[in-house]
Amino acid sequence: MWRRLVPDRAAWPRAGAGVGPRGGGVGPATWRGIHRPPTGRPARPRERGGQAGQRDRGARGLVPQAPTWQALEEHQLPERTEVTPDMIDHLERLALVDFQNQEGVETLAKAIQFADRLHLVDTEGVEPMDSVLEDRCLYLRVDEVTEGYCAEVLLSGASQVVEEYFVAPPGNIPLPKKEERESFGVQNCDW
Amino acid sequence: MGRPVTSGAGNHPNQLLLILQITRALREGQISSTELCQRCLSLIRETKIFNAYITVTEQLAVKQAAEADKRLKRGKPLGPLDGIPVAVKDNFSTANIETTCASKILKGYIPPFNATVVQKLLDQGAVLMGKTNLDEFAMGSGNTDSIFGPVRNPWGYSRQFREKHLQSHDKEDSDWVISGGSSGGSAAAVASLTCFAALGSDTGGSTRNPAAHCGIVGFKCSYGLISRHGLIPLVNSMDVPGILTRCVDDASTVLGVLAGHDPKDSTTRQEPFEPFELPDEIDIRNLSIGIPKEYHAPGLSSEIVENWTKAADLFENAGARVLEVSLPHTPYSIVCYHVLCTAEVASNMARFDGLEYGHRSKAESSTETLYAATRHEGFNSVVRGRILAGNYFLLKQNYERYFVKAQQVRRLIANDFVKVFGSGVDVLLTPTTLSDALSYLDFIKEDNRTRCTQEDIVTQSANIAGLPAVTVPTALSQRGLPLSLQFIGRALHDKQLLTVAKWFEQQPPTLVGNNELSQPHLQ
Repeated sequence: MWRRLVPDRAAWPRAGAGVGPRGGGVGPATWRGIHRPPTGRPARPRERGGQAGQRDRGARGLVPQAPTWQALEEHQLPERTEVTPDMIDHLERLALVDFQNQEGVETLAKAIQFADRLHLVDTEGVEPMDSVLEDRCLYLRVDEVTEGYCAEVLLSGASQVVEEYFVAPPGNIPLPKKEERESFGVQNCDW
Repeated sequence: MGRPVTSGAGNHPNQLLLILQITRALREGQISSTELCQRCLSLIRETKIFNAYITVTEQLAVKQAAEADKRLKRGKPLGPLDGIPVAVKDNFSTANIETTCASKILKGYIPPFNATVVQKLLDQGAVLMGKTNLDEFAMGSGNTDSIFGPVRNPWGYSRQFREKHLQSHDKEDSDWVISGGSSGGSAAAVASLTCFAALGSDTGGSTRNPAAHCGIVGFKCSYGLISRHGLIPLVNSMDVPGILTRCVDDASTVLGVLAGHDPKDSTTRQEPFEPFELPDEIDIRNLSIGIPKEYHAPGLSSEIVENWTKAADLFENAGARVLEVSLPHTPYSIVCYHVLCTAEVASNMARFDGLEYGHRSKAESSTETLYAATRHEGFNSVVRGRILAGNYFLLKQNYERYFVKAQQVRRLIANDFVKVFGSGVDVLLTPTTLSDALSYLDFIKEDNRTRCTQEDIVTQSANIAGLPAVTVPTALSQRGLPLSLQFIGRALHDKQLLTVAKWFEQQPPTLVGNNELSQPHLQ
């Protein structure tokens, strides 16, 4: 029944009759963003038929039939970072979210350990890449008011307002210590 | 292979139609938009168990369809999507329609504006059926971490799956199949025929992964072609609005409607975008198809390897040049993604404090206490975990060691692609996922980070390098679930990429699929 899904005019490609897909797309044909000299192994394509005998193997010779790399073993990684109680407190104050329990701390320890795999890559002299659009000036519009006068709409999203103000509790009070924080009376998420 | 695979309920006449066909039917008066909309609404009701939608905008849809009918009757449709039912992932802002990101922290949030992509769909007369489910803030790869509950894969309810599955163990609903994620709701909505196209978002594969698991086409265009304005951000330097459709032609049609410079998103490309139609007769001779060897990652299922191999053969037999290529930094790509993603998440999630919108805690002793309590109550453990990890990587003493290091590795990964495409390769052919969709009980045996590491392993590098990528269904697995392959193209060569994908889609299934593909019926 899938055939009924194929657009009416779809057909097998006919020799010579087709419109080649080359030259499609929009914008510049080259990707100008990346100018650092590469490090690491050069990606040299191995072309089909380049060597005698290969042609008979079919694409099976090109699609690897077994994994070409293996996940790293723990002993290959840098020493595991301990997440200290001081670090937990520091992060909770910065992020204004809490670890909730030991499992949360364990999750961070695993996330750090996973990130440590990056240190196996040689990045000597490699320029950091912020954005794939680094080759161009990003658009900035003219600094003029184009819309506004929507205070009521914006305030309508807040659960507490007074006149035209959002309402916050007293400021400049540091987050209490962890033990005291636990008495927030926070509720579980069940809505 | 690659033909549009659909799974649907009943025998609704709209279930086998593509956008181009339905547009013609609408314009010729064979069907009205209202009729189409009603059929989709009743399908949404029938397939409620999939949990694809968070909000169904029934009244709005009926009204929009009636307006589309008036225009169609006058012979003045607004564009190719006029009168066509669509759905939008619930992390795109929609004016006057609740937008939740599947998180408690945005409960009740009604955006005052439409995301640019939503506005463009509406300007073209598309009929909005509703907002679709996702992993909370799009952080996940199974759509199992939504405050509204997980999304179920329509294929888990198909005859093809059930016939095979029930023989081995006769369970009813205890062990259903995940939709993939994070745009699982959008994928399930398209696969269950409740809409003709859906918007997802794609930061590390969140459109392509569920599209692959649900047997539909999932397309992530080149970074900067489609505006992100109004898409609640996850990773600004990688987020791309994704397109989920039943076939490659439809993806191209939707791209034509959405793409183009947006003054409200400085990261959209300023060159004018010309919408294109894909040719029906495609010549792939002289085309170079690269097979990146590192994409045979640990854990790739033998069925996917077989499909991948057959697809490569198919291209070669049709006269394309098939090459093995190397993207040597691939094993580190998912690690680089992990650091950059958590860092940007830590920054992006700072805006949710309970004061201006969304959930607000009752803890009022100080501003900081309110913030912390609101965020504790509002975010799930996955979001909190990523915020904490991101803050760790961004600490003064860790910034160079992790964040800058990941940015350096990002360049190496991008350079790998530059080298391969510079050597004359036009399009890369790779797997989309490691296997077919897991059952829910199997999926949740590992935590969210581990699953994302596995599921995004061959998709996120296209985001890191800003390249266009599309997943196309190939066949059904032994378990009766969809298998798909991915094509990755050169930056801004989206048309070439989609043309190759369309050629692949046109090939008969016997050449690649080891199963006869037929229309799945929901049971």
